[in-house]
Amino acid sequence: MNPGDKPLILLKAEELQVKRGGTLVLDIPVLEIIAGQVLALIGPNGAGKSTLLLTLACLLKPSRGRFSFNGREIDAGRGDVDYRRRVAMVFQEPLLFDATVFDNVAAGLRIRGVGRAEIGRVVPGYLELFGIAHLAKRSARKLSGGEAQRTSLARAFVTKPEIVFLDEPFSSLDPPTREVLLGDLERIIRETRTTAVASTHDQTEALRLADRMAVMNVGKIVQIGPVAEVINRPADGFVASFVGVETVLPGRVLRSSDGVFTAAVEGGEIQAVGHLRPGERVLCCIRPEHVTLSTNIPPPGTSARNAFPGTIRKITPLGLFHRVRLDCGFDLVVYVTRQSIEELSLEEGKTVMASFKATAVHVIPRGAPPN
Amino acid sequence: MDLILEGIQKAFFLIFTLDAEVLGITLLSLKVSGTATLISLFIGISVGTAVALSRFPGRQLVVSLINTGMGLPPVVVGLFVTIFLWRNGPLGFLEILYTPTAIILAQAVIATPIVTGITLASIQHLPANLRLQILALGATRVQMVWLLVKEARLPLFAAVMAGFGGVISEVGASIMVGGNIKGYSRVLTTATVMETGRGNFDIAIALSIILLLLSFFINAILTQIQQRERPR
Repeated sequence: MNPGDKPLILLKAEELQVKRGGTLVLDIPVLEIIAGQVLALIGPNGAGKSTLLLTLACLLKPSRGRFSFNGREIDAGRGDVDYRRRVAMVFQEPLLFDATVFDNVAAGLRIRGVGRAEIGRVVPGYLELFGIAHLAKRSARKLSGGEAQRTSLARAFVTKPEIVFLDEPFSSLDPPTREVLLGDLERIIRETRTTAVASTHDQTEALRLADRMAVMNVGKIVQIGPVAEVINRPADGFVASFVGVETVLPGRVLRSSDGVFTAAVEGGEIQAVGHLRPGERVLCCIRPEHVTLSTNIPPPGTSARNAFPGTIRKITPLGLFHRVRLDCGFDLVVYVTRQSIEELSLEEGKTVMASFKATAVHVIPRGAPPN
Repeated sequence: MDLILEGIQKAFFLIFTLDAEVLGITLLSLKVSGTATLISLFIGISVGTAVALSRFPGRQLVVSLINTGMGLPPVVVGLFVTIFLWRNGPLGFLEILYTPTAIILAQAVIATPIVTGITLASIQHLPANLRLQILALGATRVQMVWLLVKEARLPLFAAVMAGFGGVISEVGASIMVGGNIKGYSRVLTTATVMETGRGNFDIAIALSIILLLLSFFINAILTQIQQRERPR
């Protein structure tokens, strides 16, 4: 797609509602799936991610709603076999048949009536693509979790679907297996330019796979947009907490001038960018990777408008980096590398200076000041 | 003890000399119970799958009735099939009472709930989302049902074995609706009962051994197929 081209909407759902026992569990006024892009659905358990995926894949009949696929109206139930044969879905569990890996991968093609010769020609390529060629003759019952999920993914991709729906496909895998498989899937999706909708509760997965992100809560899409936009400009406190903004501080604007305002938060004052009036209530969101730690008190010359001394309460290793929780009068979470931990001799109980720029604070207005 | 040894000797004598009467009884038993099992498979797998895949008011009651039917006493079946096929009964016009067909009917009634119950349990035992996964692969409803049954094929072999085992060994219904007519509706179990009653223990033991061997070989063949089905 060239810059300026209008994105092609492959699937559009409108007025989508799913009720269970009289309770509305999914309520989506409109959702557009753009061709060639990956949309990540994130949200807590029970947010409606799986229900939305099942409905979009025409595996669950919605209480109401309209779908159009490539501009064509489709039956929003299980009746539209033609549509179901143009999309694919991978579930959390691999759900393989009691057959060999080859026969499992060939299942979708056999269902479509593809001949033996064609299957023999096509399937090996996909076994190779997903790194399971050496397991072709093995029983699906004898696969590890990662191998089984690779088989499940190959079974979905071999039918060359126009959209792949992925329902938390890595959540039951151990972290190293998940990491490798995620990398492979990312590469395959990019190489095959597959349109995908993937649900996950892991923000890292969403960041790696997705072009756009939708945050769901209690059956609704709370925010949808390009990944960077959702991550950096969460629409509300719920989205902020869910997309990894670990510090969300409720506050009230004290004063404002030249596009910079000062807000009082519990235990201190924060400067942020925005035209807000004194008295307005705000949520100040600070991403942990935007905060710098220093052992020099006071800190040397810096453009950071916010600097707070704080005591390290807890240091938690998170793989490639560490999560440091500071008590600055309010809780502030910071991500630092292992090298920084060593060079600054950071340890629990030590006092350090935390600083971040006014532009690093994402501000969510919470309401007008009382008159 | 001598009685048992003589019986065993007699059994092998009758088997190896291919005694015409014993052979006829054995073949009729196989034909009658085999046909009844096939009928029960057709009905049982269809009904069991349908009940397993559907939700409707009163489903729990239907499942309870099927499970109760798995232990249906053959004499009760024999009694009601006799009443139905009696000259003045609802199915009297068929004029099949005291024929091998009547035994097939009674045995099918006994085996069907067994096959239905095992099918129901097998299909329900499959992962809940497998049905959705099959549909997501582009299957029509018919393809989905076929793939589910195929996936449950190993327990379904158990249904065949249980169904066949249940009818080849029953005596109550066969004697009531078949009449144990020599050379016509006499099967292994009814013949065994009759010979025991007459005090011909050697022949009764011989017929019992044939029945056991028959049951063993049929189940051995089915077990062989069942175990071969698992891919390595």
